Amino acid sequence: MAVLYINGTQVTLDDDPRTTLLDTLREHPGLTGTKKGCDHGQCGACTLLLDGRRVNSCLILAIQCEGSEVTTIEGLSQGQQLHPLQQAFVRHDGFQCGYCTPGQICSAVGMLGEVSNGEPSDVTGRGEVTLSRAEIQERMSGNLCRCGAYSNIVDAILESGSGQPLTQEVTES
Amino acid sequence: MKPFDYRRIHTVEEISQNEPGQARFLAGGTNLIDLMKHEIEVPDRLLDISRLKLSNTEDAEDGALRVGTLVTNTTLASDSRVRKTWPLLSAALLSGATGQLRNRATTGGNLLQRTRCYYFYDTARPCNKRNPGEGCSAREGQNRIHAILGASDQCIATHPSDMAVAMVALNARITVRATDGSERELPVEELHRLPGDHPEKDTVLEPDELITAVTLPAPPPGRQLYRKVRDRSSYAFALVSVGVILHVVEGRVDSVRIAFGGVAHKPWRAHKAEAALLGQAATDANFRQAAEAELADAKGYGSNDFKIPLARRTLVATLRDAAHLEQEVPA
Repeated sequence: MAVLYINGTQVTLDDDPRTTLLDTLREHPGLTGTKKGCDHGQCGACTLLLDGRRVNSCLILAIQCEGSEVTTIEGLSQGQQLHPLQQAFVRHDGFQCGYCTPGQICSAVGMLGEVSNGEPSDVTGRGEVTLSRAEIQERMSGNLCRCGAYSNIVDAILESGSGQPLTQEVTES
Repeated sequence: MKPFDYRRIHTVEEISQNEPGQARFLAGGTNLIDLMKHEIEVPDRLLDISRLKLSNTEDAEDGALRVGTLVTNTTLASDSRVRKTWPLLSAALLSGATGQLRNRATTGGNLLQRTRCYYFYDTARPCNKRNPGEGCSAREGQNRIHAILGASDQCIATHPSDMAVAMVALNARITVRATDGSERELPVEELHRLPGDHPEKDTVLEPDELITAVTLPAPPPGRQLYRKVRDRSSYAFALVSVGVILHVVEGRVDSVRIAFGGVAHKPWRAHKAEAALLGQAATDANFRQAAEAELADAKGYGSNDFKIPLARRTLVATLRDAAHLEQEVPA
């Protein structure tokens, strides 16, 4: 039987190869934190970390991930201790209805890893990568928020990613 | 989604053990899985090639770079060699899709992605690309994103890739492996077809042929620029994009390569504009004349008429920027 590892726990996969990674999470182990929005890779609500990289789980067959490590929003906190990005989202009110939030946070975790690896974005140009509002906006364009909480989402990510409380100075950099 | 058999292979030799024609190769799946959900793609079998050893990028002879077909768009765009020597390719890759999609999408898969024509996706409407002979809904319909060059009565869809536009300007070549183990090479420029009477065929590949690598030859001298015009500033397909490699010596165009995206059924190498510019003074007037030469046969279908002046102006602006950079400091 094919297995994968979700937040460190071994999960046996469905026999039907059509099952997406997203549906596997939502219907089998009861991990409903990962959300189904468009189901076509356009909204980012289903974003999670697959072997450490952020991906759209709606566009991946679970069977393709055999043996892989999946981290969902449920796997980011340590018990009641929230992940720093989760804390920053609470502090900056980075949501309204909350439906896109798990995808936003998982995407931001992956994105900050990409920045620290020095991976460029469309706004980086030829130089070094530095975290800025423009970088965050470009890199998070795959996560839609229909409530329009973007400015607070960017604040939360900027604070968490820069490792210092958001002051006027940081906001404007 | 229609039921299918799934099989993961670990060596390319395993491909020959399958009957040709009924299977589709699955790598990142960012386009194929979506099309299967819409039942636009209905393969009997998926051959998962994602664990083949084809995800390395290696230096090759004469300053070339050989990119395995499974190298992801993120990895390729971030490769320090690509950023330094083929910045056009890195820029084009980063202008497309999102972080999530680029982490998953592969080099070969990006080349073989299908059009985003609204009617190709809308299974309630006729589409010659989806069902040959059924008719084209786009010609008389909403065609804002459609082709202005090389279209046919059968199909006015565009190829959506940014990466492929850069590869065409860079004279990149693909290596293709057939089921019998034979290999052939061809330029990326010759991979995609114009629609003609067979819009169901996007490329010249046979169904059992697998792209195994893309080779980027050492680029010609000059500035490399990619400019993309779209309806929003991130995560949108190009209305028009231009990839340019321009070398100016003593005020004259010493060498130039130009490719358009978003204007045709394939990445459009602008040979006429290149020929018009070679040896000429690098001036706006000459850039405009070259753009007009390329777009002389352009045809709009109503809502995409604006693309003809947009393509001309985008090319002129990109050449002007490249010429300024060329004259400022050596590349």
